[in-house]
Amino acid sequence: MPFGNTHNNFKLNFKVEDEFPDLTKHNNHMAKVLTKEIYGKLRDKQTPSGYTLDDVIQTGVDNPGHPFIMTVGCVAGDEETYEVFKDLLDPIISDRHGGYKSTDKHSTDLNFENLKGGDDLDPDYVLSSRVRTGRSIKGYTLPPHNSRGERRAIEKLSVEALTSLDGEFKGKYYPLKSMTDAEQDQLINDHFLFDKPVSPLLTCAGMARDWPDGRGIWHNDDKSFLVWVNEEDHLRVISMQKAGNIREVFRRFCVGLKRIEEIFKKNNHGFMWNEHLGYVLTCPSNLGTGLRGGVHVKLPKLSTHAKFDEILTRLRLQKRGTGGVDTASVGGVFDISNADRLGSSEVAQVQLVVDGVKLMVEMEKKLEKGEAIDSMIPAQK
Amino acid sequence: MASSFTRILAGRNPAVLLAGLGAGTAAVGFLLSESGALSAESKRSLYPPSADFPDLRKHNNCMAAALTPAIYAKLRDRVTPHNWTLDQSIQTGVDNPGHPFIKTVGCVAGDEESYEVFAELLDPIIKDRHNGYDPKTMKHPTDLDASKISNAVFDEKYVLSSRVRTGRSIRGLSLPPACSRSERREVERVVVTALGGLKGELSGRYYSLGDMTDSEQQQLIDDHFLFDKPISPLLTCAFMARDWPDARGIWHNNEKNFLIWINEEDHTRVISMEKGGNMKRVFERFCSGLKQVEQLIHERGWEFMWNERLGYILTCPSNLGTGLRAGVHVRLPNLSKDTRFSKMLDNLRLQKRGTGGVDTAATGDTFDISNNDRLGKSEVELVQMLVDGVNYLIECEKKLEKGQDIKVPSPVTQFKK
Repeated sequence: MPFGNTHNNFKLNFKVEDEFPDLTKHNNHMAKVLTKEIYGKLRDKQTPSGYTLDDVIQTGVDNPGHPFIMTVGCVAGDEETYEVFKDLLDPIISDRHGGYKSTDKHSTDLNFENLKGGDDLDPDYVLSSRVRTGRSIKGYTLPPHNSRGERRAIEKLSVEALTSLDGEFKGKYYPLKSMTDAEQDQLINDHFLFDKPVSPLLTCAGMARDWPDGRGIWHNDDKSFLVWVNEEDHLRVISMQKAGNIREVFRRFCVGLKRIEEIFKKNNHGFMWNEHLGYVLTCPSNLGTGLRGGVHVKLPKLSTHAKFDEILTRLRLQKRGTGGVDTASVGGVFDISNADRLGSSEVAQVQLVVDGVKLMVEMEKKLEKGEAIDSMIPAQK
Repeated sequence: MASSFTRILAGRNPAVLLAGLGAGTAAVGFLLSESGALSAESKRSLYPPSADFPDLRKHNNCMAAALTPAIYAKLRDRVTPHNWTLDQSIQTGVDNPGHPFIKTVGCVAGDEESYEVFAELLDPIIKDRHNGYDPKTMKHPTDLDASKISNAVFDEKYVLSSRVRTGRSIRGLSLPPACSRSERREVERVVVTALGGLKGELSGRYYSLGDMTDSEQQQLIDDHFLFDKPISPLLTCAFMARDWPDARGIWHNNEKNFLIWINEEDHTRVISMEKGGNMKRVFERFCSGLKQVEQLIHERGWEFMWNERLGYILTCPSNLGTGLRAGVHVRLPNLSKDTRFSKMLDNLRLQKRGTGGVDTAATGDTFDISNNDRLGKSEVELVQMLVDGVNYLIECEKKLEKGQDIKVPSPVTQFKK
């Protein structure tokens, strides 16, 4: 919520008890962690750009959460949010990322050659492969907080960087506010178009302000590498293609990201990254690699097996419907991707997807033949 | 409790004043701290108003029509005593380009002082929305003497129900777009305490939105009293749904004909209503109730936001002045089919809505007919105009029933001479 530090100073005239939000009916990470003591300690602080505690938590106050899905309930307004409000955010990060400690270090590995296999997933089962992540650009505040001037500057810099790419990455930018109807239809047909957020998780965090100003989609001519500008993060980078060669998808992902990063660094606006949190993004759930690598895979028999969910948990994978998060699967086809983001590298996370999906396809084949799979069930990774 | 303008400068940082003196021409390197962080104040130099000016080319609302780069540049860095800014005021208008046929206002006030601090923008918007009312030169009349109303008991063969609503803001506390949780809770405390002092036909009770039982909620729904979290982006983009349902609630009297909403789109919305055509009684209760509530908050040192130029101060500039919408649900089966119906309403300074409220379609031949104007005429004048207008429409309906002809009335004058 872009109220900023001046509005916060006025609120300091009121007592902690009077300002503390009512979180009695809430079920999100922020509500579990925030106490009156922490609130009292952090309420007069602000980041250099003026982002305050109430700004961080507004989305979690406005969205009590679902009894079964645990949302994060807070966002960062800039890179410094994670430092200035660490008394609140460190416990939330630990909770969300499997006990990650404030002293832990995160390793980044974008060398696709370190991935083993991944080029031979059975295309009769694996219909498509995709890897996505986000990147924030140093020197600008994040989507919940940035002004129109900043957002436009981010767009300008991103477009300069992307349109300078060549070879397999040669492509074009489509700004949301000036695309033609024909361009819009094409982007919808390619499943590339993103729309104004409707989820209150995002709108209550101020991320849809001034829509569609400064937002757009860039993709390469091959339609296999795609960048979203100024949606939930400064940049969302997506590499995808049909069938099961996730190795090739990951190669293009790594190569493309490195090329883009070089260009931003030359302009003195590298990506936000640090040793402890890895890549810094708007939502604490995307810290670390920010990577979700996955496939659409046909598992009609395995998905109805009693041990399916347990197998996924042990493989450190998660399932979603083919419409994305919170959708149901259609025709036994699932979106299977890595569950982790922080505490393991990109290569390690994609390796889990490669190995896990390979194993599950073999299990599916066994079940088709009427054979049991109990001996194949893996130990916890 | 009352704010003062001396606080306008209280929230400003010395760095801003320095920047204003010419430090703003410094290079980016100077403005960034060692870690590369951009301070809030140095952003003002790095991003001049022209970099932040919104793209309003596809917009059709009062704010987009009035905001120029020059006005924006002048007002962008100003702050009200409650630390509310221009960007916050106009966010809803930037986020909601508007409909080609309906012209929305496109901005809100965060506090009483917004109307002064951002007058360069809000005065032209007020003029546009309120038919040429000029806050710089005109005075708004307030008159809540219900005894002055005549001919206000309608034929119940035609008028099914009568209703008058307005809003009131508590001076010294920020309005719904800007208020902190403690301010909102203070509004609730002040108003609920005052309402607890009402007696006789006005005595009643308060239902807090967060604490009501399921059966209380069902009863309020059945009585058509319950309001819910705003979903309209016009309101959500203006930050009015924050912290829902904290400090929101509904108060109504035991007779269920006097109702107050707390902390929805305004600090309070006050509604007097009953079935049938006795608008006189509805307005009497409205005026009496408002006066009693005002007396009760005075006793504790509070008052309503009001001034001579703008009348009662409310969140949306469209509700300034009286904030009053007086209306009836009326059956006009023959007249509504007459091609002159719309013109008649225009000349009588009335508007029609469906019986579900604004933007709903009429069901059958029953319409919600109410006053168009809010600012520049008093409550008594507006209610009398509504009464005269509805009486005229009913006369026409009766004439058409008998096969007689009707005349379009001449237009009512806009402002008091």
